[in-house]
Amino acid sequence: MNISISSRPVHDWDALVQADRAHRILYTDPAVFQEEMTKVFGAVWVYLGHESQIPKNDDFIAARLGLRPVILLRDSAGSLRALFNRCTHRGSTVCRSASGSAKAFQCPYHGWTFHNSGRLAGVPWPDGYACDFKDDKFNLAQVPRVESYRGFIFGTLNLEMPPLKEYLGEAARPLDDWIDRNPGGRIAVCGANRLKYKGNWKLAYDNSCDGYHVVFSHRSLLEMENRHEKDPNKGMSYYKSKPDDAPMYCRCYGRGHHLKDKRPNVEKRPGALWEIEGAHPGKERYEEKLRARLGAQAARWLDLASSEPINLTIFPNLLILGNHIQVLEPVSVDETDTVWYGTAIVDGPDIPPGVTEDINALRLRTQEGFPSFGEVDDLTNFEEIQKGLAAQEDEWVYMHRGMDIPGRITTDEHGIVTAPATDEVFMRLYIHHWKELMKASPVLAVKRAP
Amino acid sequence: MNQASYVDDAFYRDLAAEFADWQREDRRIGDPVLLESCRGMLHLDARLLDEGRFEDWLALFADECLFWVPGSPGSDPQREIAVAFDDRRQLEGRVYRLRTGYAWSQVPQSRTSRIVSNVEAFRGESDAVCMVRSTFLITELRNGETRLFSGWNAHRLARNGNGWKILVKQINLIDCDQNLRNPSLLL
Repeated sequence: MNISISSRPVHDWDALVQADRAHRILYTDPAVFQEEMTKVFGAVWVYLGHESQIPKNDDFIAARLGLRPVILLRDSAGSLRALFNRCTHRGSTVCRSASGSAKAFQCPYHGWTFHNSGRLAGVPWPDGYACDFKDDKFNLAQVPRVESYRGFIFGTLNLEMPPLKEYLGEAARPLDDWIDRNPGGRIAVCGANRLKYKGNWKLAYDNSCDGYHVVFSHRSLLEMENRHEKDPNKGMSYYKSKPDDAPMYCRCYGRGHHLKDKRPNVEKRPGALWEIEGAHPGKERYEEKLRARLGAQAARWLDLASSEPINLTIFPNLLILGNHIQVLEPVSVDETDTVWYGTAIVDGPDIPPGVTEDINALRLRTQEGFPSFGEVDDLTNFEEIQKGLAAQEDEWVYMHRGMDIPGRITTDEHGIVTAPATDEVFMRLYIHHWKELMKASPVLAVKRAP
Repeated sequence: MNQASYVDDAFYRDLAAEFADWQREDRRIGDPVLLESCRGMLHLDARLLDEGRFEDWLALFADECLFWVPGSPGSDPQREIAVAFDDRRQLEGRVYRLRTGYAWSQVPQSRTSRIVSNVEAFRGESDAVCMVRSTFLITELRNGETRLFSGWNAHRLARNGNGWKILVKQINLIDCDQNLRNPSLLL
């Protein structure tokens, strides 16, 4: 079943998204938000979850595709599916658990039951119906296209979207780097820091590659991390003084994807990343244990417990930061959930015995730092932006840092844009991509035939 | 103080043992004097936070302590990341950050009013240690908005002269596995 989205524009998008600035109503107008929930969160590949959250057949987690409640699962035959969590009978959710294992879902309201393929298994007292329940229209709706890229599962309702690999484009390379830094290229989600803020989801996206805010918004974290250091260079200290002179950079890949690559700030030798890691519970004891067991080899393993210095952002809702998989989930025009999934390394033949447990003992604790001592300050600043944007006559949000300065921003033969760390070019590129999506008339579809 | 972390395999092993099956009738402390002494410690913990006396509050904790907010009910800190899992050094860092004046999530600082109730005490593995369960309700006013945090605490207390030191404060928010809005106040 295809649903054509109205081509009548809600707004004059070209007037609202200009070369150097965006209009405040992008963040404040409920009508814009409603339109985004189809034209963005529906029409592009949206991140739904990680395969390690549903490792076995019949495993499921609750997820959202924009505002649509979905059950992301691996069905009894092993296929990844995203079923709409909506009974075909009267609309009730059929699954009310955040995660679990189930071969079928029975609606608690009237007992209609569905296989985890989405197919209707049966209804109570069918002799009261004259219809043919074999008709696909009674099966649960499901996201027609669900694809995984190396464990990262995305879905889209847009049949005309290119395959996921093509959608990721050159942004797949830093994602590969991030995955392959872990032994065997394997990670497993290990719980989450779940936060929310009263602000538009794009405020977090605007921040995703922002190297300009760090020393201001995160000043308390930088001071805390370095409070005992003789040579205060722990954590994100490379943002101090003039970050544009540091070797890190911002890179934009098109389709709204971008990377803040801080790796060049760190020496390329085993243990260099671990050396800038701040103090956290277990640091000395596990380091001693690993060094005693592995000698000089310990350094490269300790690096796996450190925060990987990249911020990779896949439009519209997946942010890879350090070792976290951060997911943005819009709730309303001025409310957003942001979930920071932790990741652990997975034991395998290429890891010395016992090292996985020790690295993860460190890695779980290093990941608790930023959400507790950094993100809360950003989220507060996003909430304060949302308050400021209530001023109706002051219409514009500027994102022109780095613009019109000769030689500052370069574009290569593949169209990949590179700029200094504090530039807002990533904001301008993604919001213009957003504008094109909002102007488009995508054909969205759901699937009924499993 | 910048002591090295004491968190290691033995620490996690002991923690798991200490927090397994401790709210048992056969371990209940009925002695009203002892119970009142535990209750007094919990009241002091709550009052120092309400009064913003964070350094005095830190002094309630043992040198080798844990400030722990699980991220889901009953979760294993070695399998899942927590809302907070602070050893002494990190807890001091948490307070230090708030005192910088640049922790925007606490500018302005939260005003809180804490009710501690339903206090029950249980014997630990020796007379020097006890476990205390209480229910809490924190009303917070920050930046013009009033909010509630609620749940139950487990305090693992160690004898310290005539009083107590906190070995572990485990804060079990009823919404620990939900999306939390600005959980930057000290719980």
